[in-house]
Amino acid sequence: MSQVPLERKVLSENDRIAAGLRSRFAAQGVLCLNLISSPGSGKTTLLERTLEALPAGARVAVLTGDIQTENDADRLRRFGYPVRQITTGGTCHLDARMIERALAEWRPEPFDLLFIENVGNLVCPASYDLGETAKVVVLSVTEGEDKPLKYPAIFLKSQLLVLSKIDLLPYVPFDISAAEDNARRIHPGMGVVRLSCLTGAGLNTWLEWIEERRRALPAVRAELVT
Amino acid sequence: MHELGIATAVLQEARQEAQRHAGARLRKIRLRVGELSGVNAEALRFGFEVLARESEMEPLELEIENCPRRQRCPACELTFTVANYDLTCPGCGSAQTEFVSGDELEVASLEMEDYEPGAAGAQGS
Repeated sequence: MSQVPLERKVLSENDRIAAGLRSRFAAQGVLCLNLISSPGSGKTTLLERTLEALPAGARVAVLTGDIQTENDADRLRRFGYPVRQITTGGTCHLDARMIERALAEWRPEPFDLLFIENVGNLVCPASYDLGETAKVVVLSVTEGEDKPLKYPAIFLKSQLLVLSKIDLLPYVPFDISAAEDNARRIHPGMGVVRLSCLTGAGLNTWLEWIEERRRALPAVRAELVT
Repeated sequence: MHELGIATAVLQEARQEAQRHAGARLRKIRLRVGELSGVNAEALRFGFEVLARESEMEPLELEIENCPRRQRCPACELTFTVANYDLTCPGCGSAQTEFVSGDELEVASLEMEDYEPGAAGAQGS
């Protein structure tokens, strides 16, 4: 019996495609955000409010993933920006090849902000790099404040935590400070935005965070080039 | 839920490597799975066994090394294993520690029968 050392990442093929997407986004000055949450945390509603709030003529596009239906894409198309649905047909996450294929088959007007709405799931999307500039995890206040402890991978890998539906805080036993503490136990220094798509509270902070990330893009590009 | 896909990728990587070694038969795959990899080792093993049986690769063993989360303290330079999600440095008590490892999902090595390293036929494909 002989042992052959391999030392290879299991998802090396996905990572290879993701790296290609990442350098392409960097070269084109595209900020790509990968939104991840449980089903029903409000990713699509957050995107609706975001598209609505962007200045006219914004160069934005959306890829939205679901197991079935075009429902989310239909909701998001109303804002006039290019939107494409990726139906995975059973797969519980998006992978880099799906993104690459969707972008290749699709010629939207040039965009410099790309949102990817992942399939609602806090587990599997954490394993698949999509070439995004940053992952954003959305947690609604109707869920448990211990979710960061239960699903640590996605909280570790996301740069921002969006706590959504804060208009419901008076009606649910959700300890929002505990949720933030739990997220920071997993990911010290993690950014947090508390918002409500219903009242609009916190939406500006979210939009400012996006703007900040866009301003930081040249540094990201320099890092990839060197 | 995606462990079957991961198991497919593991088999693919291993098979690709095994094909580079003429006459060798794959017997064992050693895998590293970090606690933050988002992969459940038991579900992965189940998916793997089903796939190995269907592809007639049996007997083929999967050995999984579970890797805990490790953090490093920049203040006192201690690297430590995290227990109970507590990222505080056990050396100096600093709360500002950095992620080191724990998200591994890697094929560490393969074990093959009838294979001698460097033997004829063991060239790249």
